[in-house]
Amino acid sequence: MSGTTQSSIRAFWAVLGRDVFVTGREMPSFLAQVLVQPVALLFIFGKVLGQLGYTQPGYAQILLPGMIALNSFLVALQNTSFPLVLDFSFSREIEDRLLAPLPITWVAVEKMLFGALRGLFAALLMFPIGLLMLGNVAWDLSGLPFAVLCMVLGSLVGGTVGLTVGAAVPPRRINIMFAVILAPLIFTGASQFPWAQLDQLRWFQIVCAFNPLTYVSEGMRGALLPDVPHMAPWVCLLALLGACVIFGALGIKFFLRRALD
Amino acid sequence: MARRVAGEHHRGHNRDDEFLPGGRVTAAVEVADLVKHYPKSTHNAVDGLSFRVERGEIFGLLGPNGAGKTTTVGILTTRIVLTAGTATIGGVDVARDPVAARSKVAVVPQRVNLDRSLNARQNLLFHASYHGIGRSERRALATRLMERMGLADKSKARIDDLSGGQAQRLMIARALIHRPEVLFLDEPSTGLDPQARLFVHDRVNDLRSEGVTVVLTTHDMEEAEKLSDRVGVVDHGRMLTVDTPTALIRSLPGSGTIDARVRPNGFDSEKVTGLLSDIPGVQRVETPGGSDAPEEAAPETELRLYVDCEPGSLLGPVAAKLHDNDITVSDLSLGSASLEDVFIELTGRDLR
Repeated sequence: MSGTTQSSIRAFWAVLGRDVFVTGREMPSFLAQVLVQPVALLFIFGKVLGQLGYTQPGYAQILLPGMIALNSFLVALQNTSFPLVLDFSFSREIEDRLLAPLPITWVAVEKMLFGALRGLFAALLMFPIGLLMLGNVAWDLSGLPFAVLCMVLGSLVGGTVGLTVGAAVPPRRINIMFAVILAPLIFTGASQFPWAQLDQLRWFQIVCAFNPLTYVSEGMRGALLPDVPHMAPWVCLLALLGACVIFGALGIKFFLRRALD
Repeated sequence: MARRVAGEHHRGHNRDDEFLPGGRVTAAVEVADLVKHYPKSTHNAVDGLSFRVERGEIFGLLGPNGAGKTTTVGILTTRIVLTAGTATIGGVDVARDPVAARSKVAVVPQRVNLDRSLNARQNLLFHASYHGIGRSERRALATRLMERMGLADKSKARIDDLSGGQAQRLMIARALIHRPEVLFLDEPSTGLDPQARLFVHDRVNDLRSEGVTVVLTTHDMEEAEKLSDRVGVVDHGRMLTVDTPTALIRSLPGSGTIDARVRPNGFDSEKVTGLLSDIPGVQRVETPGGSDAPEEAAPETELRLYVDCEPGSLLGPVAAKLHDNDITVSDLSLGSASLEDVFIELTGRDLR
């Protein structure tokens, strides 16, 4: 290994170490950011509506894997894109990293990886919270490894989409990012409903198929609740891997365009 | 102002990598026929620029806004991709091996880009860790640099709580912690109070004695003249001239000046200007206060005579000529041209 590669690897870990350190210091605000929304959704749709009799018994079971999937994907996406939009506009903090002795591509990969780690952490937190809130969870534990695989891939795809969005959205457009990117992603990701049962609403099913989150939700739900109609696992896996490659490449391309003139 | 001769500064470093096979010393910065064309632009931002900065030298890069200074520094610090030509830092080609080049350079930008999620000292520590400096070493270095930059009591300060001068000094400390070969300072004293400015100037002078090469870009001619061993004047993406500030000033046609304040006593100022221009040795006469002011509003006119010989020798003839024409002289003094005059002479008076 050449000296440059070695120093690049060292710099990569140091840059990742910085992000982990900062997250550690901002833990309370990070927790609030990643937990309030999914916990509220889970509470209203899984608990309140169920107790009032507006949802069928068992809906909470369908919802929980979806909420875990949602957190893995969306937290990763937001935690990659938002800091990036700010970094490239007014704070310029990222310049220090761009001048560190490692390839710019690696800085982009670090941003994705770190966003994914935060997504994964947020998703893992949903397990105990869901169990606590819903009381009994009837999961097929033999599907857990595949569900975890989907969750990991979901975080990674979230990171790659976040990099793409964060590097592509100009800072003055950051407020519409919520309305036109995040909200549609939240509600077309099959996290609140099983995608396979949408055959009565074909157009919506097709729309959902374009959202990577659908494959995380379906993969996790199919593995943990095999009796609920779901997409074939290999389709989920293939789609997530494909999304990783496509958005990863796109994200790096946009990042380089922003980082270098 | 005391000024050193250019050859005096090549001290310090005596490492093997300083020498190329031909026996030629590697320059700290070498730029040859550099071209940068931005897409959508009608002209080249940098257009065939060449210069060389020796090790341990303080080099001032001057030029009007939009002359190509920032682009040049951007290329040398690997943030801007060059279109053509070569740029090397300590012998490393920035286009071919940007990662290696990045470990040799440091940048102090004009705008604060410190890491706001970290405190002052952590900014130094993490920067050092990106550059692979071991834990105990970077702690010692951070302590030393914070002290040297007058920030010893600010180590836990949040970035947003630092004053402009403190942030600037912290950025210099951060830049120095990975021991760069070349330090790029962009407008180092813009927005600083005189105390902070002097402090930064002293620290830059310290760097010279440590053998760190400094490339500074500035509009502040006084600063450039004071700090730089050599300056390069850039305009329209080309290098107009490179030399020591003293040599540049001396090369200016009419580099010496005589300032006169006169009461024209009925002469219009053009006539006075004409009279004085006829004196042998006087290159041209300017009226810094404006020549078109009405006589009654400005009974005294200020004149600046640019001369191409020793200005002292012309005091007599100037005084005599004015006396012969019954023009009252209220002040007559010697001045010398400054780097600003050189700058204006080379780049013109037009606003950019």
